[in-house]
Amino acid sequence: MNRIAGALRSPVTFSVLAGVVIGALFLVGTGADPFTAYGAVLSGSLGADGIGSTLTTVTSVLGLALALAIPLRAGLINLGGDGQLVLGGMAAAVTGLYTPLPAPLTVLLALLAGMAAGAGYAALAALCENHFGVPLLVSSLLLSYPASSLASYLARYPLKEPGSSLPQTRQLPDGVALPAFGSSTVTVGLLLVVLAAATYWFTDRRTAIGYEIRMTGLNSRFAAYAGVERRGLTLRLMATSGALAGLVGAIGVLSFPYRFLDGALTAPGYTWTGLTAALLAGAAPLGTVLASFFFAVLQVGGLSMERTTEVPRELTQVLQAIVIVFLAARLRFPRGRLRKKAAV
Amino acid sequence: MFFDSDLLMSALRALTPILLAALGGALCERAGVFNIGLEGMMLMGCFTAVTTSWFTGSPWLGVLAAALAAAAYSLILAVGAVTLRGDAVVLGIAMNLLSVGLTSFLLRTVFGVQGTFDDPSLAGLPLVGGFSPLAYLAWAAVAVATLMLSRHVWGLRLRGVGEAPRAAATLGVSPAKYQYAAVLLSGVLCGLAGAQLALGNVTLFSENMTAGRGWIAVVAVMLGRALPLGVLLAALLFGLAEAAGFRLQGLGLPQQATDAAPYVVTLGALFLTTARRRRRTTPAGAVS
Repeated sequence: MNRIAGALRSPVTFSVLAGVVIGALFLVGTGADPFTAYGAVLSGSLGADGIGSTLTTVTSVLGLALALAIPLRAGLINLGGDGQLVLGGMAAAVTGLYTPLPAPLTVLLALLAGMAAGAGYAALAALCENHFGVPLLVSSLLLSYPASSLASYLARYPLKEPGSSLPQTRQLPDGVALPAFGSSTVTVGLLLVVLAAATYWFTDRRTAIGYEIRMTGLNSRFAAYAGVERRGLTLRLMATSGALAGLVGAIGVLSFPYRFLDGALTAPGYTWTGLTAALLAGAAPLGTVLASFFFAVLQVGGLSMERTTEVPRELTQVLQAIVIVFLAARLRFPRGRLRKKAAV
Repeated sequence: MFFDSDLLMSALRALTPILLAALGGALCERAGVFNIGLEGMMLMGCFTAVTTSWFTGSPWLGVLAAALAAAAYSLILAVGAVTLRGDAVVLGIAMNLLSVGLTSFLLRTVFGVQGTFDDPSLAGLPLVGGFSPLAYLAWAAVAVATLMLSRHVWGLRLRGVGEAPRAAATLGVSPAKYQYAAVLLSGVLCGLAGAQLALGNVTLFSENMTAGRGWIAVVAVMLGRALPLGVLLAALLFGLAEAAGFRLQGLGLPQQATDAAPYVVTLGALFLTTARRRRRTTPAGAVS
C-alpha cells in the first residue's frame, strides 16, 4: 500500500494524470466522449492494426529520447535534435546512393555515416559552449536551422531525383535497406535503438563514467571538485547525443520509402516528443524507455482517435506538453552553470 | 545598389516582432527570471490576434486580445517558476511545445483547416507612414523601458530583485511581485509581437508561424545584455540579416541559404560579443 501511495504522490504520476484529466476536459469541450476517445487511442495504437506503426514510432521516439536524455543526465539540454537528425539522414542517403560496395556493407556504412554526421554536428554545439561561451541550449538550437536548410537544399537541387515533383533524393539501390520483421514496417532499427537503451542503462548504473555523468547532473560544482573535466564531458555527451539522433535519421532513410524526403524526418516532431519523454523520465534509462513508449502510443493512437471522434489528433501534442508543464512546475533539474551564463 | 533605403525599411519591418518579444525577455532577465517561453507566448498572440480580428472584423481588438491572451499564457511561467519554484528552462520549453499543439488544435476546431488559415476578408493592421502602428509602439517601448530601468524607482527595484532577491526582500521589496510583473509584461509584449507577425508582417495564421523568432529574441536579450538599447541593436542585426536574405533571394540565391542566414548571423554575433567580453573579464592565464 505504501508503495502505491508513494507512486501516486510522485510528480511523474501526478503530471501524467493531470495531462489525462485536462485532455478529457478538452474532449468534453469539443463534444466528444473522453472514454470513447481514450479507448480509440489505446485500441488504435496497441491493437493488431496499430502495433506495427507504434513500434516504428517507438524506434524514432526512443532513439531521440535517448539522444536527449544522455546529456540531460548531466544537466545539459540539447535542443538541436532536428538538425542532427536530418544531417544523419542525409549522410546515410548519400552513402547509400554512392557507395560501390555490396548492399549489407553499404547499409552498415550508411548507419555509421549517419551517426558520424550527427555526432560531428552536435559536437560543434558543444564547442560553441566550451570555447565561445554560447550556452549549449542556444547554440544547439540555432545550429539546427542551418542544418535543416542545408539538407533541404541538397534534396531540392543537387541530389534531387530527376523528373520527380517531390523534394526527394533517388531511391536507394535494391537491398540497401534495413531488414524488416515479416511484412511489417518494423525494422532492425528498433533492435539497434533498444540496444542503445540497454547500453545507456549499463553505463549509467555500472560504470565510472555513468557515475560521473549523474554526479555532474546532481551538482556540477561538486563533480568539478571531484575531478570531472566539464568541457570534455560536454563534448563527449553531445557527440554521443548527436550520434544517436543521426542514427535515427539513418534508420529513417534506410526504411520505407528508402530515400531522403525533405521534411519527412522532422515533420512528425520526434525530437520534441523525445525531449518530453526524456524530461518526464528525468533522463533515467528505464524511465526513458517507458515514457517513449507512452508518447508513441499517444502519437499513433491520436490518429485513430481522430477517425473515431473527429477530434483533431493535435490534442495528443497538447496533452504531452501539459504533462511537462505540470512536471516542470514541481521538479527542479540542477543547472547552475547554464543559469549563470544566461544571466550575463 | 544593395544597401539602400528599401533594405533598411524592410529590415525595420522585420525587426518589430523580435524587438517586442526581446524587450519582454529583457525585463524578465532583469528581474531574475530566465524566460525562454517567448516563442510560445508569441505564437499564442498570433493565433488570438487572427481569431479575434476574424470574428470581430477589427484588427485593433485582435491586438488587444493577443496581448491579453499571451499575458494570461505567461502566468504558466509566473506561477510555475516564481511561486512553485519550478525549473524555468523546462517550463519555457513546455510552454513553446504547448503553444504549437494548442494553436494547431484550435486552428482545426475553430476554422476547420490544417496548416494555414488565410482569408482575403481577414482584416490586418493599417500602415502609418510605411510602418505598422505596432512598430512605433515598439520603438516607444524601448525608450520607456530605458527610462524605467535606469531612472525610475520601479526599474531600480526590478533590477534589485533580479540581482539580490534577498536584499530586496529585506528592504521590503517583494521579489515575487516584481517577477510576476516582469513575466506578465513580457506576455503582453510577446502578444503584441505575435499580433504584429500575424496581422502586420502578413495577414494569416499558419502552424508554428513564429518559426524560431522567439528564440532569436532570447538570443537578442543575451546579445544586448538585457539593456533595451542593446536589445534594439541586436534585433536590428537580425532584421538586416532577414532583409538581406530576401534581397539575395531576389538575386538568385536559393531560398534555403537565405532562410538560414539570420540564424548564422545571430550565432556569429554571439561568438564575437561573448569572446570579447570573456577576454575583458577573464584575467590572463585563468581557466574559466
